[in-house]
Amino acid sequence: MRLDHARFADVVVLSPRGRVDHATAEELKTALAPHLARCAQGQDHVVLDLAGVDYVSSAGLRVLMLAAKQAKAQGGFLAVAAVQPLVQEILEISKFTLVLRTLPTVRDAVAAASPTGLAAFERG
Amino acid sequence: MRVRFWGTRGSIPVATTSAAIRRKVVAALTQAMTRDLDTPERVQAFVEHELDPAVLHTYGGESSCVQLDAGGDEYVLCDLGSGVRGLGNHVLATRRGAPAVFHVFMSHTHWDHIMGFPFFMPAYIPGNRITIYGCHAWLEEALRRQHGAPSFPVEWARLGAEVRFVRLEPDRAYDLAGFRVRAKRQRHTGDSYGYRFERDGRAVVYSTDSEHKLDEPGQTEAFAEFFRDADLVIFDAQYSLADAISIKEDWGHSSNVVGVELCQLARARHLCMFHHEPTYDDETIASVLAETRRFEEITRGDHAVQVSSAWDGMELEL
Repeated sequence: MRLDHARFADVVVLSPRGRVDHATAEELKTALAPHLARCAQGQDHVVLDLAGVDYVSSAGLRVLMLAAKQAKAQGGFLAVAAVQPLVQEILEISKFTLVLRTLPTVRDAVAAASPTGLAAFERG
Repeated sequence: MRVRFWGTRGSIPVATTSAAIRRKVVAALTQAMTRDLDTPERVQAFVEHELDPAVLHTYGGESSCVQLDAGGDEYVLCDLGSGVRGLGNHVLATRRGAPAVFHVFMSHTHWDHIMGFPFFMPAYIPGNRITIYGCHAWLEEALRRQHGAPSFPVEWARLGAEVRFVRLEPDRAYDLAGFRVRAKRQRHTGDSYGYRFERDGRAVVYSTDSEHKLDEPGQTEAFAEFFRDADLVIFDAQYSLADAISIKEDWGHSSNVVGVELCQLARARHLCMFHHEPTYDDETIASVLAETRRFEEITRGDHAVQVSSAWDGMELEL
């Protein structure tokens, strides 16, 4: 699974592409792992930009749940942003909006993560 | 084949409340305000054909008990939850003393799945015959020990019907009670077993108290195969997906989302959500049903799955 990433000071924006389903969920989990390892108190903040994701199955939701759990356990910040309407519905129906921090735009998520990250994001 | 639901609630029977009935009356009268209901016949027609189904009935109710009626004289049941009490009373009322034969397939022996048997009146009547099938070694012990002190005033020995137990092996096809039956082991504390029933080109799967782990693709495939092309899948959808894989992980139940996904994979025709969460009221279950239908719609490929939510008294014709 393709996972683009961009750094804005202490914020890493990760952008998966395509469908996160039973066939690709483990690939996403593997691709996220090194970034999540640094998603901890005093290290990186992670924003998952889901603008390029058009479907998430239960297996994909589980990967997002595990990522959120790991970040929380490490004292890190993780949020999802720019969710497509169909995926947003899936998050709501599965009640994942109650367990995942979801923000409307990547900028909103970067701003929630860190002021220095936001300054870097605004500079482009 | 007709499938009749005598008990649909998970974990413990749930009685409706006065507050819930009051809300239904208000909702029904509100819906009726714009109708010209000036005769009892018009009221009856309104109730039967126009009233919101979630207002018209209650999801209930009794704990697990489902009847498969293929038109024969014998009764085929899944589980002996509190719902079997109503079935027993119905049998007594309609047979007028004629002996009856029952075949019961047990998912497992947790309390909510056996608690109806002490109140199953046909078990006390000589001449009736009851065969209880299951895969657990302790099936007979579990049912016997809830009769008699300190749990119940009537000892097992006082049962008048002939009761016998038959141990089944999972993943093996049997010809029983007019059906081809196959059991499948499911993830649940102490194990549970789902059953696939086939007859006359129709297939019904009864799969309750079953947790599905999302990181085990082999298991997902195995359940899709068990559900393959089924006309009806009765599925434990007690939790939301988020609950099922977080705070309620390893509690042994599944979700509406996984039910839809498995039925889509299996190309099953009808998903019937079952074993409702006991803290949910009718409005919540109706809301889950609406959300699940929407989930099926937005994730549908080239195969549509009908989605319903079981309620005590519901009948489905296959």
